[in-house]
Amino acid sequence: MNRSVVVIGGGATGTGTARDLAMRGFDVTLVERGNLTDGTTGRTHGHLHSGGRYAVSDQESAIDCMQENRVLHEIAGHCIEDTGGLFVQLEDDPDAYFEQKLEGCAKCNIPTEVISGEEARRQEPHLTKDVKRAIRVPDGAIDPFRLCVANAADAVDHGATVETHAEVVDLQLVDGRVTGVTIERQGPNHLGEGREGQQETIEADYVVSATGAWADQIAAMADIDLEMAISKGAMVVTNVRQIDTVINRCLPKGEGDTIIPHETTVLLGANDDPVDDPDDYLEEQWEVDMMIDIAAEMVPIVEEARMIRAYWGVRPLYDPNPETTEDPGDVTRNYFVLDHAERDGVEGFVSIVGGKLTTYREMAESVTDHVCNEFGLTMQCRTDEEPLPGSSDISNLDSHMETFGLRSPIARRSKQRLGDRAADVLNTDGPNPTVCECEAVTRAEIQDAIDDVGADPNAIRLRTRASMGNCQGGFCSHRISAELYPTHDARSARDALDQLYQERWKGQRHTLWGQHLSQAMLNHLLHAATMNQDADPAVGDSEINYDAFDGGDNPDGRAHGD
Amino acid sequence: MGEPMAISSETLVIGGGLAGITSAIAAARTGADVRLVCHKKTSLRQASGLIDGLGYVPPQTDPQAADEITQRRKDFRAVRANRGEYQGPLVQPSDGFSSLPPNHPYSILGGDALDQGLTLFDDITGDRYCGAYTDRNALIPTFGGSIKPTARYPKSVAAGLASDGRPMCLVGFRSQTEFDARLIVSNLENADVPFSVSGIEIEFAESLRADTRITRVAKALDHDETLEGTPIREALVESVKPQLDGAERVGFPAVLGDDHTDEVRAELSDRLGADIFEIPMGPPSLLGLRLEDFLYETLDDEGVQYETGNPVVDYNSDPANNDRIDSVIVDHKGREVPYHGDQYILATGGLVGKGIESDRQRVREPLFDCYVPQPEDRYDWFVDDAFGDQPFAAFGVRPDSSMRPLSSDGTPTFENLFAAGSVVGGADIAREKSASGVSLATGVIAGQQAGAQL
Repeated sequence: MNRSVVVIGGGATGTGTARDLAMRGFDVTLVERGNLTDGTTGRTHGHLHSGGRYAVSDQESAIDCMQENRVLHEIAGHCIEDTGGLFVQLEDDPDAYFEQKLEGCAKCNIPTEVISGEEARRQEPHLTKDVKRAIRVPDGAIDPFRLCVANAADAVDHGATVETHAEVVDLQLVDGRVTGVTIERQGPNHLGEGREGQQETIEADYVVSATGAWADQIAAMADIDLEMAISKGAMVVTNVRQIDTVINRCLPKGEGDTIIPHETTVLLGANDDPVDDPDDYLEEQWEVDMMIDIAAEMVPIVEEARMIRAYWGVRPLYDPNPETTEDPGDVTRNYFVLDHAERDGVEGFVSIVGGKLTTYREMAESVTDHVCNEFGLTMQCRTDEEPLPGSSDISNLDSHMETFGLRSPIARRSKQRLGDRAADVLNTDGPNPTVCECEAVTRAEIQDAIDDVGADPNAIRLRTRASMGNCQGGFCSHRISAELYPTHDARSARDALDQLYQERWKGQRHTLWGQHLSQAMLNHLLHAATMNQDADPAVGDSEINYDAFDGGDNPDGRAHGD
Repeated sequence: MGEPMAISSETLVIGGGLAGITSAIAAARTGADVRLVCHKKTSLRQASGLIDGLGYVPPQTDPQAADEITQRRKDFRAVRANRGEYQGPLVQPSDGFSSLPPNHPYSILGGDALDQGLTLFDDITGDRYCGAYTDRNALIPTFGGSIKPTARYPKSVAAGLASDGRPMCLVGFRSQTEFDARLIVSNLENADVPFSVSGIEIEFAESLRADTRITRVAKALDHDETLEGTPIREALVESVKPQLDGAERVGFPAVLGDDHTDEVRAELSDRLGADIFEIPMGPPSLLGLRLEDFLYETLDDEGVQYETGNPVVDYNSDPANNDRIDSVIVDHKGREVPYHGDQYILATGGLVGKGIESDRQRVREPLFDCYVPQPEDRYDWFVDDAFGDQPFAAFGVRPDSSMRPLSSDGTPTFENLFAAGSVVGGADIAREKSASGVSLATGVIAGQQAGAQL
């Protein structure tokens, strides 16, 4: 009989841990209160760190980042864009720190190359003329959604169960040992099982909390006092890719000074300000303005870009020495495996906290090693060499794509997203028109996501990027809703439309000026004026007296007499 | 090229959408010599082609009551449930007039303005549009699966009225993604429509590949092109006919021809033995395009001179009288040409048409810098419910009762400047279902008032 483990948290660390445990033969159940990536993972900057950022102040993290950066290129190629990165020094930025950065990178085994301001501008023509020189580092962009879904899918392939919309509301404690979790369903799971509010207990030989910024809340269910040092950061999304390289400012205490190209967009961010509650903190105007203003110091044209939304994430940081930390930016990015038996006298329970998206796999390996040790098992970790689904054979895709009759820009985008799954997903009967034009997502890809996650529009969005482009769902949220029918009923499809439209609105509120305010008004006109989505009689309980309205002035209704 | 010709007219209309055209015709009918200058394609192609008057009075909220934005999750059902009560659908637009806010163009102009605008529209469009014979709104199925009240509708939409009891069949194309006809049917049933309705999805004209533009499909139907050996109209009939199931009227997405739409509908009707109607769609909207084409033809008949393709970029005030505009500057591909007029009508559109612009600091009317009332803080330009009482939706200039844009002190910005259409604020035309009505009402008054000054 295999040992059973419950992993709490459907972010990169949780899905990575579920995968690792399942590959090593454990009977794994992953529970996540919302969708996969709903916590910090879906709200990161998508920065595949070289470690350069931490090479002066936090070298242990820097070394981990560079190691894992290399590993992820091997196992998660379809989630990564190899943009390269620059640390740019502007006119008044200190030389001493530039030198420190170089020394730090050398010490942490991070390859660097110093280039002149002119050469930096040849590489990135929109860089300000104030760039004196720059350090090239192997930074990149990573798609956290794709990464997480691939980890979860592979965990399932190795026998794991993944339950989304299943919130842990209690830990089972018997004689000082955690023996399982109680979940409350937030809605049916992706198979349509269960209903909102239903509670179930899942027994387990061991429980891993990979809940990051929420780890203190889970620990408290076992009366364990765990203090996190979480901080928020805002990220602003532009609709145009003005740079192709990750740009960092070469300054100590950098805040809000990283610009990352992602697909057709660029992400600006992020500030670093402590918060108390990861579910309830302010999203403030000054943060949005600060991200734009700081980015514009490096790449002035950014200010003229259309901003399509902003979002916030909380860093799941843990500070082992809180009494000596002065600034939240100084909290280590290291990760910690907190063995609650040793630390708090509670058996059968471990929390993994801290860390970066870049180091998720190593974190998963460490905590899985810990679980193996607990049971005296010695299976080796293989996640550093076994590619994720989608990344096994991405070299030979181009020839496949033409066979699906997709126009080349659409085919290219589909291939980027799907990796080596493209052939399976796109090989469908019947027409395969485009559902989301901004992100070039076709019906086949939407249907593939619906098969996986059901009538959950935000989960479909995360898998496909549909509705994440310029129009922010204005031109495709109703189309995605229509794709749900008739697999799902009309009310589910109607609810999905409202849910997606409102979710997209949430992030757009922060960028309502200029071109995007025009887009917002166009979306408003399309959905309220043309579709009457806001006052749809099918949704409310208002009754319409149809007879009171114009019924056509003659029986065949074709024409009227003046 | 020689010296630029001195261009002058009695009334100069800036903007060529529904409001610009309405005001130009209204001014021309007072006897004025009118010129219309339009930069780009108008927003008519983005509009449904329906002529909404006033369909609802949506709930108004106090903008000061807006919360701070937090990360707290809000359930979309709760947001929907807290939206407040809409008054409507209104049987007649005039049923809602007394509930509108005081800065609404209908409140400023009085109830008669919409009637005048609709009367002018009816006169221009003749039998192309229906609904003039009654003051009542019509309820039209939307491509979003809802029903909406509207004042006038294209002839091709008429057989789809929701107050008509005849059994209906809706047809969707698998190669398009805008709607699933079967889903619309379920939604209509959930809205308790007084007729039986069925929906079918067909694979039609497959040799027109997926993602074919709807204008391409319309042209193929116009010319009854032969695809894969079968004329396209026949192919359409053959796909639909076996599944009609007794329906007396059949609805299609609005793609049924462009230049020969009456002929296409007549043939389909004849061969299917049922009335044919179109469901108004989003951009690019064929119903909007057909209206746009027709209105531009009408400008010739009405004696309005017009030119498109060059933007108005600036103006000169009268050196003898700062309160008058002397000329506007039109950018002819880099050459700045002054256009003189006695009277000017600003019909440059709203946020969508770029007649109203904004940056992180403020909202403005870019041409004459007319006063645009607005909350100082841009985080007060919106509310949290996407379909709430959005302040931005009502951004625009504030007119007096003769449609002169007012300065912040309440006096006209210029003696000889009038405004019409979405550049005028005070109305959430989307939630009210009043977009075309506001354009017609403000257009007709602006045109008449400008003409009356001569």
